[in-house]
Amino acid sequence: MKNLMKHLQEKYHYAVVVFKELVKTDFQLRYQGSFLGMVWSVLKPLMLFGVMYVIFVRFLKFTDGTPTFAISLLCGTCLWSFFTESTTMGLSSIVNRGDLLRKVHFPNYIVVAATNTGALISLGLGLIVVILFGAFSGAHFTWRVLLVPFSIIQLYCLALGVSLVLATLYVYFRDIAQIWEVLLQALFYSIPIIYPLSMVARSYPIVAKLMMLNPIAQPIMDIRHNLLSPEYVPTVWTNTADLGGAIDTPDVPAEWQWLNSPCLNILPYLFTVLVLWLGIHLFRKYSQKFAEVL
Amino acid sequence: MTALKNTVPNTRSDDERPVVLKVDHVAKSFRLPTEQATGLKMAFLNWTKGIKGYTEQKVLKDISFEVRQGDFFGIVGRNGSGKSTLLKIISQIYKPEQGVVDVRGKLVPFIELGVGFNPELTGRQNVYLNGALLGFTRAEIDAMYDDIVEFAELEDFMDQKLKNYSSGMQVRLAFSVAIKAQGDILVLDEVLAVGDEAFQRKCDNFFAAIKKDPSKTVILVTHSMDAVKKYCTKAILIKDGEIIVSGNKNDVADRYTLENLKKKQSEPTEQPEGEYATGLNETVPVLHVVPTGEPICSLTEGFDFTVEYDYHGNKPFYVAISLNDIRRGGVPYGDSFDLFEPGKHSVHFRIPMGLFTNGEFRLIASIHEWDGHNPETAQMIAFTNESNACDFSVRDADGLDNFALINKSSMAYQVLDTQLARRQQQ
Repeated sequence: MKNLMKHLQEKYHYAVVVFKELVKTDFQLRYQGSFLGMVWSVLKPLMLFGVMYVIFVRFLKFTDGTPTFAISLLCGTCLWSFFTESTTMGLSSIVNRGDLLRKVHFPNYIVVAATNTGALISLGLGLIVVILFGAFSGAHFTWRVLLVPFSIIQLYCLALGVSLVLATLYVYFRDIAQIWEVLLQALFYSIPIIYPLSMVARSYPIVAKLMMLNPIAQPIMDIRHNLLSPEYVPTVWTNTADLGGAIDTPDVPAEWQWLNSPCLNILPYLFTVLVLWLGIHLFRKYSQKFAEVL
Repeated sequence: MTALKNTVPNTRSDDERPVVLKVDHVAKSFRLPTEQATGLKMAFLNWTKGIKGYTEQKVLKDISFEVRQGDFFGIVGRNGSGKSTLLKIISQIYKPEQGVVDVRGKLVPFIELGVGFNPELTGRQNVYLNGALLGFTRAEIDAMYDDIVEFAELEDFMDQKLKNYSSGMQVRLAFSVAIKAQGDILVLDEVLAVGDEAFQRKCDNFFAAIKKDPSKTVILVTHSMDAVKKYCTKAILIKDGEIIVSGNKNDVADRYTLENLKKKQSEPTEQPEGEYATGLNETVPVLHVVPTGEPICSLTEGFDFTVEYDYHGNKPFYVAISLNDIRRGGVPYGDSFDLFEPGKHSVHFRIPMGLFTNGEFRLIASIHEWDGHNPETAQMIAFTNESNACDFSVRDADGLDNFALINKSSMAYQVLDTQLARRQQQ
């Protein structure tokens, strides 16, 4: 028994060492040869935000008029970039590190976790910018900020679960990369990042509620809600009648009232756990063969 | 040059050392894809058609052996015999289908040198990354870093990016990490032939040192029989996924040489109709030398070989047979024989090898025409090329001291000043 404990500890220790080195290497290599280096982690989401702000908020008037919409857009962009980056890089991580897997034995989930962690570091830098900007643009920090780390962990787990599934599939089917790219695009538009939810809720409150149940939208909305403005950003827990915020929404018919039940609201959280479990299970089952297939 | 008598390891003392690696009835097969099934579509189509899309190939069949602490264990075999697969299974990169691999202690695998080396990182960063992948913490690598750099002779280059290294420097760095990494079991795959001569000598010394260290175990995969004989204490020979010789390194090395010679002979020397191989022509369409039995002999029994020829001319002709020393070069012996019968015939010969020591030799035959008495008129009309000459090996316990071609019992210096010099006792 004691031996087993020691064995486990050794194994775990090795995983941590490799994990650290891989994260470090990835980060060192990411902005290799660029003049601004790490600044790009902050600059890129800011520039993307600039583009979106000008197009969607200024020209197309995709705004709900709340003071926090702009900062909420920036926050959403950062969170969404994290999800895109970690899943697309996670997807190809195993194949890209094939040379390693074929020559050394090490717990290969580390490769996926390391790429996701790299993306998480970028997200951290991005969120610092969000908080700084938020202070100047009407964000309302309350005690709820304390809940944000939990949502970030949830988002990370979701991204990790998805990455593990995708990375496993990608080893066998390279088509996945194309499919996932399109799917990400569709997911992006299904989440109220560049447009306010009230735009949907004012005509279709039921659709708006279903959008909130999207397991990726849920943590993103939770983070924006808790970090920036509990008043203006709706979450999955918001009653269908209030999804439009200040704008009046049509009443939801009585037979659709079950949409507001807490049992339903918990689904996206459960889904995250399920995806992570599926990812780990699938990955463990097939990872022993990776060295041979790659 | 003193005779280096091989110290045969005492099998009795072996039993007391702990087993650090136990490979127990390991088998492995691979699926070789026959259909292109890298996409969902093809996978689906194959599935609907019921095509498996692969053939099963058995790479390893029931391999079992034990390595004890302090062993320098050699694994040899021809290309494609399953050596590397076995090594990957030992290093736990592949999972065996059957059987168990039991490793006691820290195993440091070097399937390839410089795993994870990234050209964009500096030498220093690469050492740490490579070290981490081999299972060393930062503190552990800190401790061996100076040693690694010193051994690689790259003190001035460690902060340069790896892409600015010459290929030799990269290999040296990788190899230094490999051998300075303080594991209990070191697994090395074909790494002896790296670096310049000075570096080679360094590696030589290192292997000699590690061989003496009873706590270190080395598993070495190599094609170099010199390396096996020099370093290994034990060895196995793998052929088609099975161990065919196990134990004594000299038996293994000799059998390996034999296997290679056999392979060479069985290669068909088919020629298209109307064309002749190098050295042959329409007057002599067939000429080759083949071993009558095995392509290996001892010093005492001599080597039996057969010269097959087909002569379509009508002049007196003879065959000249020369013995070449493959390792040292040169022709130690040669002679000619008049042939009486034109047409296709096989003539059997025997060459005594008692004068020589262990080595690899080649018999080359050539057919000459002449007028029967004047050597001036002799003209070579055919000869055996590389593929139809005969290679053979001499292996004998008495021929182990093969520094020179001629053995010491056949020839001896005579000391004329006996008060000043005396022949060493064997």
